[in-house]
Amino acid sequence: MDLKDLYRDVILDHNKRPRNFGVLAAPAIAAQGHNPLCGDQLTIYVDLDHGTIKEVRFEGSGCAISVASASMMTEAVKGLDAAAFAALHAQIHAVLTQHDAEVPATLGKLAALGGVREYPARVKCASLSWRTLEAAIAGAGTAVTTE
Amino acid sequence: MSIAPLYDLTAIRADFPILSRPIRGRPLVYLDNGASAQRPHAVINAERRYAEESHANVHRGVHTLSQRATDAFEGARERVRRFLNARSTREIIFTRGTTESINLVAQSYARPHLQPGDEILVTRLEHHANIVPWQLVCEATGARVVVVPINDRGEVDPEDVRRLLSPRTRLLGIAHVSNALGTILPVAEMIAIAHAAGVPVLVDGAQAVPHLTIDVQALDADFYAFSGHKLYGPDGIGVLYGRESLLAAMPPWQGGGDMILHVSFEGTTYNELPYKFEAGTPHMSGAVGLAAAIDYVEAIGLSKISAWEAILLTHATERLSRIEGLRFIGTAHHKAGLVSFVVDGIHPHDLGTILDERGVAIRTGHHCAMPAIATFKVPATARASFGLYNTLDEIDALADGVVYARDLFR
Repeated sequence: MDLKDLYRDVILDHNKRPRNFGVLAAPAIAAQGHNPLCGDQLTIYVDLDHGTIKEVRFEGSGCAISVASASMMTEAVKGLDAAAFAALHAQIHAVLTQHDAEVPATLGKLAALGGVREYPARVKCASLSWRTLEAAIAGAGTAVTTE
Repeated sequence: MSIAPLYDLTAIRADFPILSRPIRGRPLVYLDNGASAQRPHAVINAERRYAEESHANVHRGVHTLSQRATDAFEGARERVRRFLNARSTREIIFTRGTTESINLVAQSYARPHLQPGDEILVTRLEHHANIVPWQLVCEATGARVVVVPINDRGEVDPEDVRRLLSPRTRLLGIAHVSNALGTILPVAEMIAIAHAAGVPVLVDGAQAVPHLTIDVQALDADFYAFSGHKLYGPDGIGVLYGRESLLAAMPPWQGGGDMILHVSFEGTTYNELPYKFEAGTPHMSGAVGLAAAIDYVEAIGLSKISAWEAILLTHATERLSRIEGLRFIGTAHHKAGLVSFVVDGIHPHDLGTILDERGVAIRTGHHCAMPAIATFKVPATARASFGLYNTLDEIDALADGVVYARDLFR
């Protein structure tokens, strides 16, 4: 394994300049994700329009893998409904965890997460934001208050 | 470099089979000794020899092997007694490790004593194993945990202990060496202050025993806990030293075989010390391995080991402090052989992965000491902790790896 395969340029770039970083005001939903192993903590904010992701942002701190994964996710999921998000999440999950999974060409820059599976200790870093957004969409999040 | 330890480092390294195993195609640079140290042949062989020649259950059979196993197990207890300079083997209780030792004291000593409003005093730099057991007994009894602060170097001022002791303080729990920051605490002074107020003291010695000579009588400690696997010994075996007068008055913690003299449904008589606290079949091969580990480090000499580790610490501090953007977390004047640090722009976990790719094993995270780390306003640190077999070249490999990571993340 080459480290450059894990820390690809796109990952380093999203870590340094995370996209859609910040909060969303009500009536957005917020959900918190926490990785007790690393102390990574992030909050995902999502604005749903009849079940379709209209706007999504995140904030928090974490390692490069977790920040880049969250950043790239926010770019990729806008406009998806719950079913389309679930399908994409399943693809990402396979890419992160299955050694023989092909990385679909349709994933675009998310394919950069393909290097993570060689580092089992880091899979949770990459999947944290996805599981948190899944929880937010499923209604496990809490409504953002304007206070 | 011509600086060398007062023992033959090359020969010592050859004693540890894992050190010659390549990791990710590179020579292993093992700098995670604070989490668990590697084992020499002497320990591996002692456990193996026990299994091949002496194993049976202890304290039970009349047959030869049971007697041999008992002799080996009780011989190990005597070895630990000498190691700690305890008065009697009745004061040496085998446990699974430091965590279990502290839980034993929390449940068997503290819990029956605690009333609502009573206080357990601990420092902010404790490992979770010296925080959570007290929180559990406090929840059950209505007592509370009071915290001694640390300064921005990660040091504890014994005067703060004096200030925070109250008529309600029932026990002081302190680390001898901080696992997250490396601070060596002035435990003898803290114990004297607590004793002047009539408060007994438990010392978490997990990080101290591999580096310092421990004399529980000179320290006047009431309880002293440590683990085998941080002392180049087996995992799953640890020790609780307890002052005999305190242990004698404590009820058993767990019930079962070995801890009884007589059992009937009308009433059960508990065994004498230390067996009263060792219910069930103990970790016999672990105790034998621990005794071998003690023999090993004492044959080298703890003073020689700590002298070498001090040189490693100085070299690491010097090399790493030259790296722009690196900040040490824990800069106590009196420090054991470990460095905890953060690097601007790189999360410790990324640093850990990058170093691992270069064969360098360090610990990253909160080191099971979240309150200590949070004091420094960081969620996690990278920690390199040194052992008797580490070399100056390995420190250089660490520093080179940190520079490489910083450049990769630029």
